[in-house]
Order: sequence, then structure tokens, then C-alpha cells
Amino acid sequence: MARAANFKNKALLFIGVSVLLVLAAQVLSTYWLSILTLVLIFGILAMSLDILMGYTGLPSFGHSAFFGVAAYTVAILSTRYGVGFWGCVGGAFLLSTAVAAIFGLLVAHTKGVYFLMITLALSMVVWGLAFRWVGMTSGDNGISGIPRPDLGEAVSMGDDVNFYYFVLAVYIAVFLLIYLFLRSPFGQSLKGIRESESRMKNLGYNTWLHKYLSYVVAGMFSGISGILWAYYNGFVSPSDVEITASFEAFLMVILGGPGTLVGPALGAGIIIFLQNFLSAFTERWLIVIGTIYILTILYLPHGIMALNIRGLKFNKTKTLSNDQTSGGTS
Amino acid sequence: MEFWIIQSLNGLSFGALLFLLASGLSLIFGVMNIVNVAHGSYFMIGGYLGYSVFLRTGSFVIACLAAAVAVAMIGIAMHFFLLRRYSTHFPQVLMTMGFALIFRDLTLVIWGGDPLSLATPAVLQGSFHIGPITYPIYRSFVILIAIAVAIGLWAFNEKTSLGAKLRATVDDNQMATGIGINVPMVSSLMFGLGAFLAGFGGVVGAPILGIFAGIDFDILPLAFVVVIVGGMGSLKGAAVGSILVGVVDTLGKALVPDLSYFTLFLPMAIVLAIKPTGLFGRA
Repeated sequence: MARAANFKNKALLFIGVSVLLVLAAQVLSTYWLSILTLVLIFGILAMSLDILMGYTGLPSFGHSAFFGVAAYTVAILSTRYGVGFWGCVGGAFLLSTAVAAIFGLLVAHTKGVYFLMITLALSMVVWGLAFRWVGMTSGDNGISGIPRPDLGEAVSMGDDVNFYYFVLAVYIAVFLLIYLFLRSPFGQSLKGIRESESRMKNLGYNTWLHKYLSYVVAGMFSGISGILWAYYNGFVSPSDVEITASFEAFLMVILGGPGTLVGPALGAGIIIFLQNFLSAFTERWLIVIGTIYILTILYLPHGIMALNIRGLKFNKTKTLSNDQTSGGTS
Repeated sequence: MEFWIIQSLNGLSFGALLFLLASGLSLIFGVMNIVNVAHGSYFMIGGYLGYSVFLRTGSFVIACLAAAVAVAMIGIAMHFFLLRRYSTHFPQVLMTMGFALIFRDLTLVIWGGDPLSLATPAVLQGSFHIGPITYPIYRSFVILIAIAVAIGLWAFNEKTSLGAKLRATVDDNQMATGIGINVPMVSSLMFGLGAFLAGFGGVVGAPILGIFAGIDFDILPLAFVVVIVGGMGSLKGAAVGSILVGVVDTLGKALVPDLSYFTLFLPMAIVLAIKPTGLFGRA
């Protein structure tokens, strides 16, 4: 009974927040609407990372790689080859997922610190291509002039409100998809692997395959946020795939609470808001997020969602408290 | 032919710098089971501090030692005041990540954004010639330094009682505690030693690589690849991995500059496919 009530609460909250987000477009100024758009885009990135970190127990330090591959694909296809909206989206989606599928082969059999180091090294490969493969990516200059998506005459995406609705629609769809994915038997098996991989193996699960698929799915959703980012910003550069970008995504998840879907979305909101708010006062953004990192670990080790807010308990299991970093390969 | 020899030698000298970084990273992992994300920052801070000390004293040797000791102090302080408080490893890794970000920005505040360069010491300037091959003396010197450090670390590890305690801690942390080894002290010391070597490497590498904000995250993944390839916690692995990564990276940059990071990816992928724990790592 309590469980059903909890589910009802959650569903009501979800619908309420969705309605609020729809209404927000009518109320907010252009500036705040653009920040909210950004929050949603990075919310998708953080939620996709949480599939790995919070649910499968694989802390990835290179999650921006797929984000970057997708953003760059959109940029290159649209500005250089004049490919239309659906072609760009399809190409970016396929390529970022394909890169995740290839990287996954290298990382899926590792865990803990190995996983962390290999994902970071692999993301450096993507950064290296963005930075050095000047003929394709324009190197340090980045690629500018990405047009807003074109969905026909009726809906002009040049209009910020329309673009916001577009991003919001994708966001809600992604949220529900990830939610269903994680609640499926497959998603439950990921949690099992997080808690005890050896036990899952003994139960007959092919844990390698489950971890691999989890990695690819997370990379796929990360790619979706990259596509949105390219259209939002109209400009991509190697800084989008830098290590610091992956660290920021990591912080969003840690701050919000790994192992919950709402937490990372919330974490993304807080980080993006702070970034824009503080940029008026200081250029020392890295010091700020570095400090947030340390304070989060010290005082909020399980993230904001671990705080029990009015009986709405999201985080039933304590994640990342177990020693995940020990041990080598499985 | 000359091209290959000179590029290989360049690769060796770069590998020598990587060894200074990766050996500490690997040792810290061996003892504490954590990845120190701030390790590249130690390298960067070492370079900057060495530059400032050199400006005041004019001595390259003092610059090397002062920077290395200062960075070692930073490492020990980080471990003693914060990392030590956690019994699990994940928070420790995250904390070093926070520090890495803070260090990056702090060096920008203190030394500014322009790249700095440290002159090669006068004694080591110039090149020597063997047949058709001309090679800078300083780069050879760096290779010799790394060999000396490797021998020193090996002797420390195998021949001293502290080294024996260290090996015991690597093998079985709890058992080491049980027989009276002060594991937190050994950990702090290892953290300090790793930081010392990284800071030292930062100064020694400055005349070759330059000093700039960003070198921290440029070199960190390379050091990661070294320990992934060589195997975590293994000195031998760090040495072999450094040579491999140094040479492959240098040749890659010379042959296919556009795809240079890609060339690194290949040996790592091959090693991981054959031996997931790295060449000398234990499962």
C-alpha cells in the first residue's frame, strides 16, 4: 500500500512539474527561458550518466564523449554538408551510439577505478580528434553557424519559446524512457550488478552483456543531449568534450543523488543556475565547482535526494557507499 | 632512418617524464586503491613553482627540489586532512577530482593564462652528435634522471624496511594493519612520495613541454594509459608502460598529427583485450 501511494505521489509530482515547465514558457523572460532550456539539456546528460553511475555502479569519467560526438556530428553535417534536420539528428544519434558501442567493448569488463580511468582516457581520444583533426572539426576554433532545427514552416525554431517546447518534449520523452528502462527487469538486473556482480553472475546473468548494454544506452541518451546542445548553442568547440565537461556532468549526478532519476536532473539545474548566476561576479568557475565537489562529499555524500523530503522517499538504496573502487576486472 | 631514431629517442624522453608521473600514480593506487585525479595537477603546479623559484634563485637544481618538496607537502596535506577520513575509496577519488579543478583555476589566478617557459640549464644546453644523429643533451639527461629514479624506487621498494612495509600494505591492507604496520602513515608517505615525483617531473619537463594551465588534464590521461597498459600498482608496469606510451604518442604526433590521440588508443585497446589487468597487473 505504501508503495502504491508512493508511486501515486511520484506520478502526481511528475505531471505537476511537467505542467509547470510548460507554463514556464509563458511566464519567464527570454533570458531565464534560455537558462531553463540549458537545464533541461544538461538534465538529460546527467540522467544518462546516472544510468551508469547510480544504477549500474559504473562511475564514468568520460561521459561527455558521446555528447561531444553527437554535437560535432550535427555541426559538421549541417554546416559543411547542408544536411537537413532529420538527417543531422539521425546521423548524430547513430554515430554517438556507435561510438558508445565500440567504447563499450573496451570498458564493459572493467569496474571501479579501471572503469573510471579507461573512460577518461577514451574521452580524451574524442577530445583529441576535436582539437587536432582540424580538417574535419576546425580544431580549437570550433564550428559555428549551426542553424536551429527546421520542422517546416509552421513551427519556427528560431523562436526561443518554440525551441524550449521542443527541448521540453524531448526531455519528458527521455525522462519517461529512462524511467521505464530502469524499472524494466533489465533495469532491475543492473541494480543487482551494482549491489553484487558476483551474485548476479551466480544467478546466471550475463553481467558483461548487461553492463555493456547499460553503457551503450547511457551513451545513446548522452548523444541526444549533445544534439540538443548543438542546436541550442549554434556552436561547438573542443571545450564541450574536455575533461572538465565530464567532471561537471559527474558533479550534477553526485550533487543530486546517484541512483535516482530526479536527483541528477535537479543537480543539473543547480549547477547550470549557479554557473550563470555566478558568471556575473567571478570568472573562477572551476574553483566554485571544485569546492562544491569537496563540500558535497563532506556533507552530502548521497546527494540532495537522500534528504527525506516530506515522506517522498526517492532513494531507497544507498548507492556509492559500498566500496566500488576496489578490485580490478571482473 | 634518422627520423625513426630521433623520434624514438624523443619518445623515450617523453616516456621518462611520464614515468615520473605514472610511478607515483601507480604506487598511490597500490597502497590506497584510489586514483588520484589531481596527479596531473601536481605535475602542473611543480612546473609553475619551479619557474618561480628559478626566477628568484637562478638555480635549476634548487627549483627542482623546492617545487618537488612543496608539491609533496600539498599531497600530504590533502591526504592527512581530508582523504584519510574516508574508509571507502569512492569519496576519496571524487575529492581529488574537486582538488584538480581548484588547482587548475588557482594556477590561473597566480601565474596568469600565458604559457611560461623554463630555460634549459646552461650545462645541459646544446646537442651531441653520433654519426648523422643530432640529439639534445637535455633530453638525454631527462632519460637518465628517470632511470635513476626507477632504480631508486626499486631499491627503496626491495631493500628498505619501509619498502617492505609498503609491499605488505599493497599485498594485504588488513593483514598489514594486523601485524602493526601503521597503514595510514604509509599511505600519507606514499601520497607524498607520489606528489614529490610528479612535482619534480613538472620542473624537469618544463624546458621540454613548457608550463601552461591545461597541461594537468593533457598529461593525466596519458599517465592513466600508462598504468592501464602497465598494470596498476606495479613499478615495472609503470616503467614499461611509460616507454610504450611515450614512444607511441611521439611517433603518432610525428606521423599522423591529426589523429595523434587515436594512435594511443590502439595499444591500450590491444593490451586491454589480451590482458585486462595490464601487462604486469594482478587480478
